Amino acid sequence: MEALFFNVDSGFLEGTVRGYRAGILTQSHYANLTQCETLEDFRTQLAATDYGNFLANEPLPISTSTITDKATQILVDQFNYLRTNAVEPLSKFLDYITYAYMIDNVVLLITGTLHERDTHELLERCHPLGVFDTMPALCVATNVEELYQSVLVETPLAPYFRDCLSASDLDDLNIEIIRNTVYKAYLEDFYTFCSTLGSPTSDVMQRILSFEADRRTVNITINSFNTELSKEQRAKLFPAIGRLFPEGNNQLAKADDIDQVRQVCESVSEYRSFFAESSHLDGNGDDLSAVSQLEDRFFNTEVHLNKLAFLQQFQYGIFYAYMKLKEQEIRNLTWIAECIAQDARDRMQDFIPIF
Amino acid sequence: MSGTGARENIFATRMALTNTKLRLKGAQTGHSLLAKKRDALTTRFRAILKKVDEAKRKMGRVMQLASFSMAEVTYATGDISYLVQEQAKSATFRVKAKQENVSGVVLPTFEVDRVAGSDFNLTGLGRGGQQVLRAKEVYAKAIETLVELASLQTAFTILDEVIRATNRRVNAIEHVVIPRLENTIKYILSELDEMDREEFFRLKKVQGKKKRTNAPPERPFEFDEPPINPEEGQESIDLLSSKDSDVIF
Repeated sequence: MEALFFNVDSGFLEGTVRGYRAGILTQSHYANLTQCETLEDFRTQLAATDYGNFLANEPLPISTSTITDKATQILVDQFNYLRTNAVEPLSKFLDYITYAYMIDNVVLLITGTLHERDTHELLERCHPLGVFDTMPALCVATNVEELYQSVLVETPLAPYFRDCLSASDLDDLNIEIIRNTVYKAYLEDFYTFCSTLGSPTSDVMQRILSFEADRRTVNITINSFNTELSKEQRAKLFPAIGRLFPEGNNQLAKADDIDQVRQVCESVSEYRSFFAESSHLDGNGDDLSAVSQLEDRFFNTEVHLNKLAFLQQFQYGIFYAYMKLKEQEIRNLTWIAECIAQDARDRMQDFIPIF
Repeated sequence: MSGTGARENIFATRMALTNTKLRLKGAQTGHSLLAKKRDALTTRFRAILKKVDEAKRKMGRVMQLASFSMAEVTYATGDISYLVQEQAKSATFRVKAKQENVSGVVLPTFEVDRVAGSDFNLTGLGRGGQQVLRAKEVYAKAIETLVELASLQTAFTILDEVIRATNRRVNAIEHVVIPRLENTIKYILSELDEMDREEFFRLKKVQGKKKRTNAPPERPFEFDEPPINPEEGQESIDLLSSKDSDVIF
């Protein structure tokens, strides 16, 4: 992609996103928020930020889920603004971002259909970013076979489903396996798409997507210990991209405990620190806490990589990065709100500050 | 003496006295037994009260932990409620009811029976699976506490009721039944004494009479006795001919 012509199509939107980025809560905002005694104070503090009066009309005991919903709605509005103003290939890129949420929504609908529930009420539970026009059409399907056909016809996810699954798979496989199979296909496809966009988008995005893929690989490995997920099945869920691919993935597919995962991650210098400290602290005693620390470190690294995306101009990575950062921010807000609601002040600092 | 306090309506006979004494004995034994039962139950009750208190405090802590672990899950994976709801096929956490006998009182106790289920242990496979697992564990523990508390609470209410009933019985025996029986015994004894005295007096009279009749007629006062009137005898025969005046109490 040429920096010369970038601004012709996407300069305005890039500027908009950089403007949005300035609205992301900073360390001092978080410092104020963590001082709050009640959710009422929390709302007042947020009113001073870019969130404005987004909670103004809520009836009083504010639940944490309302905060999440409202904050997500703001993000969705921003995204939709970007999406409507985008032209090819940025519009395509933005569509790709929504596919991840779409997968979750479709999987949710599949779950509903599998258990013969009324899928219409599920539409409300779907993530607003992953809503597509023809989604209500999926609810017409009464059995899995029909649903599979309509997914193929109605959704942009068709290639992922077509290549990875058959209609009978939907019945037989665990829903989580379906989700991860499709997600793997999506990640790989997104990765290929980004490389067609050329540098610098591809540089930035491939770095982020590689990390995302590795993170999924490691997570799937750790989470599948002691479950009925066989090693062959596990290997099939690993995205074929990322820095651990291929030999790391092969080793992870055979791993039996967390130490083996640690060894594999040693080979990549950036990932080495994920396990280094936790193993030092806990010895071999508590795997669970090591793993939950790992999750935090993943989030940290994700935020770090996404922040790096803002350092480069004339590329689409910032759109993706902005979405991810904003998501993390919503998670942070929810976390702080939960901590306030449940009076767990000692854990309140466990969120991941962005800027 | 026999007039004070309630007593049973009974004929003052020796038979009744024996019976009543037996009943008094029975009542006293019953009283001591019931009192023992009451004490045993109260001890148990106090112990349970202590445990209930502990369990309630524990529940507060555990539920807080549990809902916090849920917050962690939400942080890591987002909303998983629907998935978990739909994928849970069989109950992994069951409650068994058993019975326990405390001094003749049947108390239900609930026991936890956990089956290691794998219904949704792939939830959060791509992200946050460990948090989901942990939340599952923490909630299972929270429910265990709840079950324990439920069993204690049920025992608490039942014991409370039983202790009250036993107390009522003990008090009734102590303050109503035993005094009444005692009164009855006193009454019977006094009546019997009275009868004894009467009998004694009668016997004495009879003896005196006998002595007088059998004694040699040396007494000079013999003529003092009024001669038997033949008319008097006739009058007594015609008793029904005259009407008595009405008796007014």
